[in-house]
Amino acid sequence: MSPLAKLLEAALFAASRPLSLEELGSLEPESGEGALRAALTELRAAYGDQHGVELAEIAEGWQFLTRREYAEAIDRAQFALRPRRLSPAALETLAIIAYRQPVGRLEVDEIRGVDSGAVIDKLLERGLVEVVTRGEGLGRPLLYGTTPQFLEILGLKDLEELPRLEELSVALRPPTPAEEPE
Amino acid sequence: MTSPVVRDPSGFVIELEQFSGPLDLLLHLIHEEEVDITDLPISKIADQFLAVIGDLGLNQAADYLEMAARLLRIKAQMLLPRRLGDDEWEDPRAELVRRLLEYQQIRELVDWLARAAAVRAERFGRGYEAPPPDAPPAPLQIDLNDLLAAAERVIALIPEPMLHRVVPRPLDVEGALVKIHALLAEHDTFGWSDVVGPGATIVDVLSAFIALLELAKRGTLSLAQPEPFAPMVIRRESPREAA
Repeated sequence: MSPLAKLLEAALFAASRPLSLEELGSLEPESGEGALRAALTELRAAYGDQHGVELAEIAEGWQFLTRREYAEAIDRAQFALRPRRLSPAALETLAIIAYRQPVGRLEVDEIRGVDSGAVIDKLLERGLVEVVTRGEGLGRPLLYGTTPQFLEILGLKDLEELPRLEELSVALRPPTPAEEPE
Repeated sequence: MTSPVVRDPSGFVIELEQFSGPLDLLLHLIHEEEVDITDLPISKIADQFLAVIGDLGLNQAADYLEMAARLLRIKAQMLLPRRLGDDEWEDPRAELVRRLLEYQQIRELVDWLARAAAVRAERFGRGYEAPPPDAPPAPLQIDLNDLLAAAERVIALIPEPMLHRVVPRPLDVEGALVKIHALLAEHDTFGWSDVVGPGATIVDVLSAFIALLELAKRGTLSLAQPEPFAPMVIRRESPREAA
């Protein structure tokens, strides 16, 4: 492996969260983005399927993760804890925020047909959503968006990896202005 | 209500707790009845919806009640649809159908997100570490003199402790009792001024008053005041002498 790949390996080993390309670049500022990407590709290939961990591209960054096939054994031995499962209400709210962001609470309530204030507060607390801006409407409502933490718990590289609405079996026309007065 | 069906033939019992809201329940009913969502038999669905929320005593859930009201309104509007154009009638169900489809889409995304989260949960990163706070607090720029001055300002704000002299209670209720008993032995009735006498101090007055109340409580004497602010009249009540 190249010296840069080894340096990245060490940094990614030491970190307990995904490191972005920018953060990895700060290790050796004089190496350009191209060299960095090449080193990451080299590192990923080096781990290939020869190891129990693999280099995953996740939450707009890179992280070493254990391979899925060892999950049960590690879980049984309680060497690491699986994260808490999200409730259906939390997932519904996350789905709406992920696809409609930036989106206000009223719109989430409207789509779900129930009050979502408490669920949104919990998601804020877990760092899965955040206030991104304020709306133009009455009272300048808070508008929410998803965080890198959201991508991380879903194992997504970025929001582009979410399924496209056209791919769903329930295809829905985008709301027309008449239906959704702002 | 024509058919208050809440259980399907297989005896499946609907538990509202498993639904995340009225739209979820509606979708479930639509699915159970295998009806076309875009051509909703609104009367049937409305009746079932009402039966379910009535049956399960969920009347307190405002969200469900609001949906029930909406369904009934649509049901009524179906009887008298409005004309939109020459050959076109407004479908009162349109908005509800749109919302149901939208919600169904969200449910599909929920399934996808849940699967993604489950797969992710099978891959462990290195030990969990709480996310760092956004910005660390700025380091304090302070020297020893500033620190001492600040400490002195704080100390100066602490008030001087208040010292109280604790004295024994000076009331002489026992003495007043003896005096009143002596008066009772000689008179059937007497006045307040007979008890305290001239030149009584506040302590004397209080002692006498408490003694009088005590004796009145025991039933030895009665206290009366003929009119407001008139002198108190003390009357012997019973011949028995308590202590």
